[in-house]
Amino acid sequence: MRPLDTAYMWDLVPVIGSYVPLTLFMAVLAMIAALALAAALAIVRVLRVPVLDSLVAVFISFFRGTPLLVQLFLFYFGLPQVVPAMTGIDGVTAAIIGLTLHFSAYMAESIRGAILGVDRSQWEAAQSIGMTQGQLLRRIILPQAARTAAPTLMNYFIDMIKSTSLAFTLGVTEMMGAAQKEAAGSFLYLEAFLVVALFYWVIVEVLSVGQRRLETRLGKAVAR
Amino acid sequence: MSCQIEITGLVKRFGANTVLDGIDLCLEPGERVAIIGPSGTGKSTLLRCLNFLDHPDQGVIRMGQVAVDAARASRADVLALRRRTAFVFQNYALFANKTARQNIMEGLTTVRGWPQAKARARADEILAQIGLADRGDSFPAAMSGGQQQRVGIGRAMALEAELLLFDEPTSALDPEWVGEVLDLIRRIADGRQTMLIVTHEMQFAREIADRIVFMEGGRIVEQGPPEQLFGRAQDDRTRAFLRRVG
Repeated sequence: MRPLDTAYMWDLVPVIGSYVPLTLFMAVLAMIAALALAAALAIVRVLRVPVLDSLVAVFISFFRGTPLLVQLFLFYFGLPQVVPAMTGIDGVTAAIIGLTLHFSAYMAESIRGAILGVDRSQWEAAQSIGMTQGQLLRRIILPQAARTAAPTLMNYFIDMIKSTSLAFTLGVTEMMGAAQKEAAGSFLYLEAFLVVALFYWVIVEVLSVGQRRLETRLGKAVAR
Repeated sequence: MSCQIEITGLVKRFGANTVLDGIDLCLEPGERVAIIGPSGTGKSTLLRCLNFLDHPDQGVIRMGQVAVDAARASRADVLALRRRTAFVFQNYALFANKTARQNIMEGLTTVRGWPQAKARARADEILAQIGLADRGDSFPAAMSGGQQQRVGIGRAMALEAELLLFDEPTSALDPEWVGEVLDLIRRIADGRQTMLIVTHEMQFAREIADRIVFMEGGRIVEQGPPEQLFGRAQDDRTRAFLRRVG
């Protein structure tokens, strides 16, 4: 067994590090879009909006029922063959759209559960004082549901960051792609992939600390 | 006799079960009416149909200038009725993400469009009236059942509705909190607020109501002033019920 080439690993840190912003960019953008989409999907399901409800059910079933990698390939390689508007789509955009759709399906289910967890009588109370459906969702139900769903949604964000590495398969040079390129030149695969693994690990750990702080704060806000 | 609120032929079915079987009721301005009767006879459903928390199947509800035919009630009709009524729930149903003061302000700011400062001032007046001037910043989870129900009543008072609806407001309370809630309702009743109250507290009903309505099987069996209904009820079913609870 050869020793680890730690000097090479140190050299790789700034190289891989320079791609952290792209990884975070994809994850944050996809997270924001997925949150908005998931909230809309959850509301459609909770209110049982005619027709839309069934469509959303199929959407959620599909995106939860197929692998993310397959979905990304469908968007990037498959759809442009039949949808001319998608011909020029770049890997980053395709990855962001794919991550958004995939994760919105999961997040919609947690948000739906959280909405249903709010005591039914609060809906009625809000209706009884004359609130419209939009007002009662925005002011009473969603804030409480957000609190319940927050830990799960944070977990999805962490999962999302790790899943951006799949953008590499769409030809995007992000952290994983950069590591692959470096390794291909130096043949030091273990070092290169170890460095990229450590990068993901550190990012996720930092976020987990933030997540725990957030949960403590949210917990305090509800109680008294 | 002019009705401020007039209910005609109200019918509500849950599946094959007819819960309200043609209710006619007229409330005069400032009249306080208590509804009594055995469990499961549609008393709460009647209240819930008046502001469409339950959607009645047939009948007309008129409040002032607004008349809504249940069979073809639009969303705007429903909102119009809800904005003329206020509802006090058995289980308080306070907004858990809002403080006592915010619970009271919510209808004023979000629904009535009052500015924050004005709504806040009004909420503080109400907090004083319900004896919770020092608990404005408390969340419901930190309050006793009696306090929560007083906030629930305060939230309804803030709306200055034409009709206040009380759905068994003390049934979920520990006995030690019943008195303070009844006292508050009594004070509101003294202000000649038109109200409809479903209650199992017979003594209380007799004391505050101008009229007692006895319901059974989804119908109004008998109604009249308290001394008449409690003293010389005409119908056998009324007398049987009063013997059971009495």
